[in-house]
Amino acid sequence: MSSIEAQGDKHRADRRADSHGDRHDDGHDHGSVRSYLTGFVLSVVLTAIPFALVMGGGFESRLLTAAVVVGLAFVQIIVHMVYFLHMNTRSDEGWTMMALIFTVVILVIVLAGSLWVMYHMNTNMMPQMDHEALGLGS
Amino acid sequence: MAIPSDIPTTFLLGRLDWHAIPADPIVWVTGVVVAIGGAWLMWMLIKHRLLGYLWHEWFTSVDHKKIGIMYVVLALVMFVRGFADAIMMRLQQVLAFNGSEGYLNAHHYDQIFSAHGVIMIFFVAMPFVTGLMNFVVPLQIGARDVSFPFLNNFSFWMTVGGAVLVMMSLFVGEFAQTGWLAFPPLSGIGYSPYVGVDYYIWGLQVAGVGTTLSGINLLVTIIKMRAPGMTMMRMPIFTWTALCTNILIVASFPVLTATLVLLSLDRYVGTNFFTNDLGGNAMMYVNLIWIWGHPEVYILILPLFGVYSEVVATFTGKRLFGYTSMVYATVCITILSYLVWLHHFFTMGSGASVNSFFGITTMIISVPTGAKIFNWLFTMYRSRIRFELPMMWTIAFMLTFVIGGMTGVLLAVPPADFVLHNSLFLVAHFHNVIIGGVLFGLFAAVYYWWPKAFGFRLDPFWGKVSFWFWVVGFWVAFAPLYILGLMGVTRRVRVFDDPSLQIWFGIAAFGAVLIAIGIAAMFIQFGVSIRNRDALRDETGDPWDGRTLEWATSSPPPAYNFAFTPVSHGLDAWWDMKRFGQTRPRATYVPIHMPKNTGAGVIIAGLATVCGFALVWYIWWLAALSFAGVVIASIVHTFNYARDYHIPAEEVRETEDARDRQLASVGA
Repeated sequence: MSSIEAQGDKHRADRRADSHGDRHDDGHDHGSVRSYLTGFVLSVVLTAIPFALVMGGGFESRLLTAAVVVGLAFVQIIVHMVYFLHMNTRSDEGWTMMALIFTVVILVIVLAGSLWVMYHMNTNMMPQMDHEALGLGS
Repeated sequence: MAIPSDIPTTFLLGRLDWHAIPADPIVWVTGVVVAIGGAWLMWMLIKHRLLGYLWHEWFTSVDHKKIGIMYVVLALVMFVRGFADAIMMRLQQVLAFNGSEGYLNAHHYDQIFSAHGVIMIFFVAMPFVTGLMNFVVPLQIGARDVSFPFLNNFSFWMTVGGAVLVMMSLFVGEFAQTGWLAFPPLSGIGYSPYVGVDYYIWGLQVAGVGTTLSGINLLVTIIKMRAPGMTMMRMPIFTWTALCTNILIVASFPVLTATLVLLSLDRYVGTNFFTNDLGGNAMMYVNLIWIWGHPEVYILILPLFGVYSEVVATFTGKRLFGYTSMVYATVCITILSYLVWLHHFFTMGSGASVNSFFGITTMIISVPTGAKIFNWLFTMYRSRIRFELPMMWTIAFMLTFVIGGMTGVLLAVPPADFVLHNSLFLVAHFHNVIIGGVLFGLFAAVYYWWPKAFGFRLDPFWGKVSFWFWVVGFWVAFAPLYILGLMGVTRRVRVFDDPSLQIWFGIAAFGAVLIAIGIAAMFIQFGVSIRNRDALRDETGDPWDGRTLEWATSSPPPAYNFAFTPVSHGLDAWWDMKRFGQTRPRATYVPIHMPKNTGAGVIIAGLATVCGFALVWYIWWLAALSFAGVVIASIVHTFNYARDYHIPAEEVRETEDARDRQLASVGA
């Protein structure tokens, strides 16, 4: 039996050595200069476009401008996660991806739920809070 | 909204002056008693030269077992405070009839019901549960400590810091008079101009840092430090529920932090997130706080579902019925707990579509919970149940919690909720599930793991006295509240007009006295058991014939938990080892790598607590100074490279040989 126990310790020691980065095969993607540069350029581009849009007056429809800005923000989030946080489906035996999916699910529930709930609350409960109608300014 | 400036403020002491001492004889007497008790305790510690021992062996310890025990001690101390509040409320409500105002003024009474809720949830249930997970999880997964041992110590002291702030509010200033969730606009600066809500905010923010960090810590521990062979579906069920609880902590506590930040911005710098005018919307606060608040109740109950599962499997001597369905039920509850928050404010006016959706999700969440109850019943079916104390608490839980759950489903029906909202029926319901679920589970856990933690069992006689007074007392105290709630009595009321209600409050107060006897019996039991510890000694390390890995080591376990990392070959790893007659390995011992104790956690958390106090009283220079202190102390700590040491192989051999002799002495 002791040999099995000792194997257990060896197994754990190996894992620990890995996670201290001794051998750089610890299940993480550490990125490269190239990937960091790609990420940086993409982030700059994705920031510059909405900035230019807003400063230059944007599209005819304000809704379209807003949609493009928000859409590019989402792409920006993904660029950060892939190039700077090194997220992929393989790292940490898939735990990273699992955590991401859980986070997205919770965020969608919380944001969509809050918008839905607060929209109803506003409509039903706060008709008198229309400040322009009360002459309190916008 | 402009901040009222009628409270005098000085540079040196902010708003703090002699008026901060409450003009209330009850508080003075309490203060004197606490001061005498504290002085006596300090004198005893100095007399027996225990201060150094406490500092070196406990306060600075990074050992998950010691931190777990300290969490439970904190929870028990705060439990006495929270229960004192409960007794005071019961007494007030039974007296305040027939023109009597009772003995508490409105200002004091409102603080008491707010403090009772805040303390019982944040400083009793949370530290108790966290302490339990801290102690048990690493042992159950065959690890030597948590992933981040220093962070664990720091988290504990941040929780203590929050508790200190809340306790301080009793004697210096006031506590919130807003109820335990401090809804605006009442908690805004306009209606709560003094320091009560600020104590609430900073107490919770300081403790919240600790809770979030310990959630991350245990999450990483469970994912990364399991013994080899222990796949996810071979994890003990308590570890599974701890995993889900810590996921909930990590995902929901940031919401509480952010919501309280917005409330403090409203109070401190005059923003209008939750005010009545200038576009503020107090309903958003209610929405946000319950997005945290509902997962919070599952943070509390899930680990106890794990405890009941372990206890039922152990005391029936059977493998848990439906392990897989138990895991899936737990995961389902984890996700569903994020889909029901609106049932806390059906009456706020979201309309039929929203209310129906959340009413239905709330009813759905009772399905996985019901599945768990059946799993426990089927485990017990045709088994030889040993009625030890943990099992007695588990059965009391099943009977009590099912009724609490059913009144919960009743409240989940929006039209019924419109009638019962804010009534004593609701108060009875959540005490029914929190006492009957969380507290009974914590007691079961204390009796179950006490021998593991201290090496001796608890005295069964006083345990049974405590059990019967508690369970009967609970029903005598809370059944009248169900009836009063159905009669339309609302919660948080200080004085009553209708004399026919008094009898019910009398019965409830009598129930509270029974519970008080139950609590006293429990403390007597601790004392008696410590005195008779030699007779109650557990030499085997496995007093209950357990199934999971924590019973494979000695009681109490050595600092390193396991001399050799165990290998798991299936669910109930220790049960398998016993069945296959596995002997303890005595191969060549190797030095064991361990983390070193450090005082940094106490220092940083102490500075954070000072910062919280300074912010409560608008002492800006002290706040800036102590915050800088927190940052500097944290940076200095990162330069401490002497963080670990090795327990020499010789010492491990001696410890293990002593264990061999101990086992041989009882013929195991």
